[in-house]
Amino acid sequence: MSIPDHHTHYVAPFDADVSFDELPDAPPSQAYRPSITGWIGIVITSFWLIIAILGPWLAPYGENDLPFPDDYSEFQEPKEGAFLGTDVEDRDVASRVMYGAGRTIGIAVAATCLAYFIGVVLGIGAAVSGPRVDMVLSRINDAFLSLPTIMLGLVVVAAVGSSITVLILTAGFIYASVVYRLARAIGMEIMVMDYVEAARVRGEGRWWIITREIWPNARMPLITDFGLRLIYVILFISSLSFLGLGIQPPQSDWGSMVRENLGALQYGTSQLSVIAPALAIATLTVSINLIVDDISAHGGGKLSKRM
Amino acid sequence: MLSLILKRLGIGVITVLAVSVIIFFGTKILPGDAAQIRLGQEATEANVAAMRERLGLDKSYLQQYLTWLGNFVRGDLGVSLASDTPIMNLISDRYQNTLYVAVLTAAIGVPISLTLGILAAMFPGTLYDRILTFVSVSLVAAPEFFTATILVLLMVFVLGIGNAVVVGSADGKNIFQLIAHFALPITTLSFVIASQLIRMSRAAVLNVMSSPYIEMAILKGVPRRRIILRHALLNAIGPIVNVVALNLAYLVTGVVVVEVYFGYPGLATLIVQAVQTRDFVLIQGLGMIFCMTYVLLMLIADIAAITSNPRLRHPK
Repeated sequence: MSIPDHHTHYVAPFDADVSFDELPDAPPSQAYRPSITGWIGIVITSFWLIIAILGPWLAPYGENDLPFPDDYSEFQEPKEGAFLGTDVEDRDVASRVMYGAGRTIGIAVAATCLAYFIGVVLGIGAAVSGPRVDMVLSRINDAFLSLPTIMLGLVVVAAVGSSITVLILTAGFIYASVVYRLARAIGMEIMVMDYVEAARVRGEGRWWIITREIWPNARMPLITDFGLRLIYVILFISSLSFLGLGIQPPQSDWGSMVRENLGALQYGTSQLSVIAPALAIATLTVSINLIVDDISAHGGGKLSKRM
Repeated sequence: MLSLILKRLGIGVITVLAVSVIIFFGTKILPGDAAQIRLGQEATEANVAAMRERLGLDKSYLQQYLTWLGNFVRGDLGVSLASDTPIMNLISDRYQNTLYVAVLTAAIGVPISLTLGILAAMFPGTLYDRILTFVSVSLVAAPEFFTATILVLLMVFVLGIGNAVVVGSADGKNIFQLIAHFALPITTLSFVIASQLIRMSRAAVLNVMSSPYIEMAILKGVPRRRIILRHALLNAIGPIVNVVALNLAYLVTGVVVVEVYFGYPGLATLIVQAVQTRDFVLIQGLGMIFCMTYVLLMLIADIAAITSNPRLRHPK
């Protein structure tokens, strides 16, 4: 089927057996074809996703095991049995990066999903409900948006201590405010469209309008934003861990690995114990960003204008 | 326009009040009693009760909040629980360090990034533009400690400058010594804000370049340089000021990680220590200072947007 542009209108093929109700709501959208940078992003992101899921089975040593119990010295150079060397407590850097992958990515994905669940439900809800609901929700949201995220994180961690659950809930709620604003803006934009009015005039219910008119049109920008939000959540959680306020020992994620091995930069024989986790975060976030950028360029770059 | 700015200022004041409520009551749900923490575990119950009365902890939360807010406005941030010294004394030694780094980053990083971004907008689609866009897309997503690590490794192993990691106190240095002293934190933070600044200033100028009066100027035969410097840039100043203020607000977050990374005594290392020792009087005071700076910069960004855009000045 050809794709309609400004010059040709989409005309549904005439078929006597098809009733009006079965006609598609919208012309099918063009499938996303990644460019080269998009592919680079997809390959690196998938690599880290696989490590995150299979990390504990792929890792040659346990998270807190010593690869060379007879030869204890911190920050050992890469050698047979530890191809990224050892860290401040002589543990295998490569194994710890693999264990940390699951924690960093798992927490970030869980927190982003939570942020999306809260943000989208309230945001679309505010858009379809009356101005009074919208007013109350938006003002509360503005107060949270006007705080630097790291400060909110610090206050919460100071108040209730740090654990994986606390990290997921904190990051989820903090970033829900950004998602709320986007979902509400998109919802508002769609609500004033003629086709929504047409649906209303037809007498469709609120649920029908949300699922059949708003969602299909809000889906793409929200999915792209999900990628962006995931990046910010990864950076937020890694920063908290780096400050010593995120994942607590003996568990570790990439951010806390950078923190505990920082001494290697000053007096270590091998700096890989700092470089490896820092590089892991950077490659993960940059590759997700490459995908997001590629998708939004594909979608006409409207996202960047909306932000 | 004045009424619009006043309205925005009013919203700013309300935001700061909301922030103070969040920070005060956020730290109030802490398990643990300020009086108990100050006196230690050995204190008798009578002593704790006396201390509670002295700290005003026996009053209602609302009264405590109002007292705290009143003291804050008068510049009295209370007494640190961990070190038992007035918070103003703790801060005064450190705020200079944070201020030096933030101001120097703004003074050095902002002009360079803006020039790069505007140059990219002057020659869109060229190799220079594409490389710059790719680098800034990559850098925008990299964490501060990654950039810092790369810079330290460059300094230590490529340039051979040892001991680049720990940045000490900055007492008695002139401006050039200060720049050298804080070179790594400043460069790291500059990289962090540069990626956003380059992207957004490029987009701001390109956005203006697609407007009808630029098309008119092109049709009139005005030279390209003149179009950009006289027609486009002047109209892009508002959006650019907006972008700069937004990114300086982001520095508030960035500076926390960078201070801890380089271990220099600033306000951010102090608040991280306060969280670790659960010194919530200190957290309240510092949290308010950081959040107010942030709100103020956001306010400047909004006012810049309002004053520069006639359409925002007269909303329909």
